[in-house]
Amino acid sequence: MHPVVSTVLQRLGLGLLTLFMVSIIIFSSIALLPGDFGQQVLGQTALPETVEAFRRELGLDKPAWLRYIDWIAAVLQGDLGTSFSGRASSGADESRSVWELIAPRLSNTLFLASFTALIAVPLSLFLGITAALKRNSIYDRSVNAMTLTTISFPEFFLAYVLIVALAGTFPTLSNVTNDMGLWERIYKIALPSLTMTLVIVAHMMRMTRAALINLLASPYIEMAQLKGASRGRVIIKHALPNAWAPIATVIAFNLAYLVVGVVVVEVVFVYPGIGQLMVDSVSSRDIPVAQGCALIFAATYILLNLLADVIGIVTNPRLLHPR
Amino acid sequence: MSEDGQNYSAAGEVAQVKLRRGRGERTWIALKKAPVSAWFGMIVIALYAFTAIFGPMLAPYGEAEIFAKADEPWAMLGGNPDHLFGTDQIGRDVFTRLIYGARNTIGIALITTLLSFLIGGALGLVAAINRSWLDQLLSRAVDVLMSIPSLIFALMLLSIFGSSIPSLILIIAVLDSTRVFRLTRSVAANVVVMDYVEAARLRGEGMAWVMRKEILPNIMPPLVAEFGLRFSFVFLTIASLSFLGLGIQPPTADWGSMVRDGSRFIQFVAYDWTLALPSLLPAGAVALLTVAVNFVVDWFLHKTSGLRDDH
Repeated sequence: MHPVVSTVLQRLGLGLLTLFMVSIIIFSSIALLPGDFGQQVLGQTALPETVEAFRRELGLDKPAWLRYIDWIAAVLQGDLGTSFSGRASSGADESRSVWELIAPRLSNTLFLASFTALIAVPLSLFLGITAALKRNSIYDRSVNAMTLTTISFPEFFLAYVLIVALAGTFPTLSNVTNDMGLWERIYKIALPSLTMTLVIVAHMMRMTRAALINLLASPYIEMAQLKGASRGRVIIKHALPNAWAPIATVIAFNLAYLVVGVVVVEVVFVYPGIGQLMVDSVSSRDIPVAQGCALIFAATYILLNLLADVIGIVTNPRLLHPR
Repeated sequence: MSEDGQNYSAAGEVAQVKLRRGRGERTWIALKKAPVSAWFGMIVIALYAFTAIFGPMLAPYGEAEIFAKADEPWAMLGGNPDHLFGTDQIGRDVFTRLIYGARNTIGIALITTLLSFLIGGALGLVAAINRSWLDQLLSRAVDVLMSIPSLIFALMLLSIFGSSIPSLILIIAVLDSTRVFRLTRSVAANVVVMDYVEAARLRGEGMAWVMRKEILPNIMPPLVAEFGLRFSFVFLTIASLSFLGLGIQPPTADWGSMVRDGSRFIQFVAYDWTLALPSLLPAGAVALLTVAVNFVVDWFLHKTSGLRDDH
């Protein structure tokens, strides 16, 4: 087998193993709950029979490994369980399935994240490459200083600064609904996506710049310059082919970072996304929903990091021969 | 060594008596050469530390003391001159809460970081010395823990254990110790193979002695820099969790929940920008400290990465 294929397969296997372990961790969180949480969910006045029925529904009368198999089989079929909210102590059950709660919000979050990526990735590549080319110029230094500051600010601080600066131009509440047109949606999410753009552009730009500067110091670039190749030709023909691997890794890594940053930003702008759903479910201790959200976040994060690894392997022959 | 080649003599250089400077003197020389950003960072950190330590003496009122008028604007914007930064939604003095918030937010972040270094550092050293199944087990467990974004993981754990300060500290310390473990293990692995470590072992020193006396002093600089970075990360995580309403709970004053409380009128900022001040002020306090720590760490890393020339 070609070494690239086997390394990629190895990484994929490792990624699947990690996903499996993560699912075990997320699953076992429910086993860590205090024993009387049926009472907590259903209220103090719940009848013992109701509590018992609730425990049976969660399968708490079965051994843990059997419950895990049931759970993971259901998750793989898209069934994340039933929310704790909407249950009354009388035994009346108006709870909704977790997937029903997550699905509309997931598409909102994906919309926000992909719109942000669409702006942030080209922008940061442009800034990173130009800063690397004009190293130590005023342009490079000012871009650098700006990104170092935005990197160290918490997301909510950036968000409020942007609100103060741009509140007259863009809405400060991103309450999107399903019947909105594309442009109206984009107008509504302008501030949250600008906040996240600032955060990840800083990361991506700095990493792109570092990768390129590293590369430009290598002997074959000097060789190309010495033989009289033009500046643009050196970059496009000699430097970039070798820079794709680190740059792709940087992009995938930052998209994974976007997944986490989205939680705080969604709460600031009251955006109806999955991050806000997770925060709400955690504060009301609605564990099935929190588990479902955590699973989606973790899976996205792991898969994007895996993608970064695979791109790194496929585009960089040197990684094929690890020492 | 003199730069101009004319007065150079090899004999002169060999004969030069090199006095090793004292620790205080070396620190002072290093500090004098520190760039402006590092000085700025250190002064800011010192101010924060001062506020955190002497908070109760500096604050004009009590931490949860409630006054008659809620949501009063800043004194300089026409509010009551008794309240410099106005009062919050239930009439507590914002300036007082800000000062107490320094103590609570920084204190909890510091305890958490120390705990995570204790866990991660100790396990990392053990894994580096004892490269057996234990190392494998710990490293794989850390890989798995690190593959979940830590804010998400913390949120999930908080949904189970509820948000109290001890569980907050414990959860974040354990999640963060994975990063410390990785770093300690990788730097210690380079030191463990040195001859002097082997000599100490052959002398019959115990594992704890080797860890403390032979390895730890040699891996200190990267660990100290990492401490700064981890502190600002933990500090941000706690502030973010409090901002989400899941961290430090009222009536304890902290900056994250102050940002959250201040954001009630955020949709009217378009008409009056001063309505954003109650959120901007604590958020700015968080931001300033992280920037300061980053500046100092940046300088420290630059200094310890082989660029020192003092002795």
